[in-house]
Amino acid sequence: MARALRLREPSALPGFGLAFGVMMTMLSIIVLVPIGALILRGADIGLDEIWRILNTRRVWNALTLSFMTSLYAALFNLVFGVALAWVLVRYRFWGRRILDATVDLPFALPTAVAGIALTAIYVPQGMLGQFLVPIGIQVAYTQLGIFVALVFVGLPFVVRTVQPVIQEIETEVEEVSATLGAGRLRTFAQVVLPSLLPAALTGFALALARAVGEYGSVIFIAGNLPNRTEIAPLLIVIRLEEFNYDGAVAIAISMLAISFAMLLVINLIQVWSRKRYG
Amino acid sequence: MAEATPAPTAQCTAPIVRHRAATDEPIWVRRALIGLVLLTLGFLLFAPLFAVFAEALRQGLPAAVRSLDSPSGQAAIRLTLLVAVISVPLNAVFGLAAAWAIAKFDFRGKAFLITLIDLPFSISPVVAGLCFVLLFGAHSAFGVWLVSQGHQIVFAVPGIVLATMFVTFPFVARELIPLMVEQGRSEEEAALTLGASGWRTFLTVTLPNVKWALLYGVLLCNARAMGEFGAVAVVSGKIRGETTTMPLMIEMFYNEYMAVAAFTMAALLTLLALVTLTLKSLLEVAYADQLAATHRHH
Repeated sequence: MARALRLREPSALPGFGLAFGVMMTMLSIIVLVPIGALILRGADIGLDEIWRILNTRRVWNALTLSFMTSLYAALFNLVFGVALAWVLVRYRFWGRRILDATVDLPFALPTAVAGIALTAIYVPQGMLGQFLVPIGIQVAYTQLGIFVALVFVGLPFVVRTVQPVIQEIETEVEEVSATLGAGRLRTFAQVVLPSLLPAALTGFALALARAVGEYGSVIFIAGNLPNRTEIAPLLIVIRLEEFNYDGAVAIAISMLAISFAMLLVINLIQVWSRKRYG
Repeated sequence: MAEATPAPTAQCTAPIVRHRAATDEPIWVRRALIGLVLLTLGFLLFAPLFAVFAEALRQGLPAAVRSLDSPSGQAAIRLTLLVAVISVPLNAVFGLAAAWAIAKFDFRGKAFLITLIDLPFSISPVVAGLCFVLLFGAHSAFGVWLVSQGHQIVFAVPGIVLATMFVTFPFVARELIPLMVEQGRSEEEAALTLGASGWRTFLTVTLPNVKWALLYGVLLCNARAMGEFGAVAVVSGKIRGETTTMPLMIEMFYNEYMAVAAFTMAALLTLLALVTLTLKSLLEVAYADQLAATHRHH
């Protein structure tokens, strides 16, 4: 009983108070108080007013564009990330190590750099644009451009969560499956894929969260036309520049709410897939 | 197992010869997958990398070097270095404190605390910037009071440091916590039993055990700190030569059609990214066992 009520187990090590104090102070100043300020301001505005702000065509279109494009980009990264992780772990080819290191480039490259570089490639005179535009594929200043930028920033997540799992797969299981008469595709779909699913979904969730909030790489390639290629984070910046704080706060709070709802759903799917296959 | 030998029985007219293991894909599938991966990464990663340097050097190296030789360009580079020098060590201190408290002690609410530390990863940098504007800006009583005391936070360097710390907050802690949980506390307990003080134990036992993971976290934290755009864009006010970091300067040059200057500034940050990736890969190869804990827990 006394044990259950105790907040901290006794320990021979010193310094808990200091470490815990430093941690909580910094966590509060840097993260908790600022987020609290946003939520307080939102409460001040009130749900009715937030809903009224969201229910305008421009805001609604920006939110839909942000979340749908992020979803498509994260889905692309889910499939491509598993394929890339598979190739990096299972195949041996020239340049594999360099490729493996380059996968993390989107983590290390500043988003503004990625933004102007991708734009430079896909404009009609660009390296790839000069071939794509004549055959009718417009990337720069379209929704496809936003998709490309979001795929770029989310690329490493699924690869890096799935890669260690593939490394730990016992190939004996695949051999058994083959011995029992399953083809390679069936073995992959029914034996390998289920064990990758929880890790792949973790990567998917991280890529999705990153894509929804992404700003730097998108604004250069998007063209930023209201209702067409204007993402929600950009609209927050525009509202701030207009000194329309309520407008900015309403969009920010709805983005937080939708993001957390999506992460919750993904968490539930993960729990389910761990139970089913784990 | 790898290559089934032809069945020795005489009835078997067509010997079954398999040239690949049961756990390999057919050669055409392998080639197609490798080709697909290379093509996609070529479009997505290598082309932009190449484009940055090609655009920067479009008018030759001297023109590129000259393009940054302006007071605002120089000020941007100095500010970015200043912000990194302040925010990265502070985040390292936070990471060490958090890992010490969470990994070496048992207390309630640990999982929740870790969720809070990871929170900045699921919040848009723009929203993070907005939070600081609301807290310290001219629209909050607290902000007005701070300015009246002579402390300008937003649209000044302190705001940029705070916003940078927000977006990089989990980096070091995430590397250290899983590793220190795995290492346990027996070595520290032994040192204390032998009479070492708490600080001495920390400096001579704990720190050497986690130094590579710490360096790894600091490396990633620094890359993000020097490259952050969204959060900094919101709090900086973009005062040329005063609150403009390198990424913000890229945007300004770009919007003013100063392509060479924009891409040269971008090339500097790309070089930083390439150095970061190289060091990161070297650390992963050399100290795989000391970083492994982290990567199993991702």
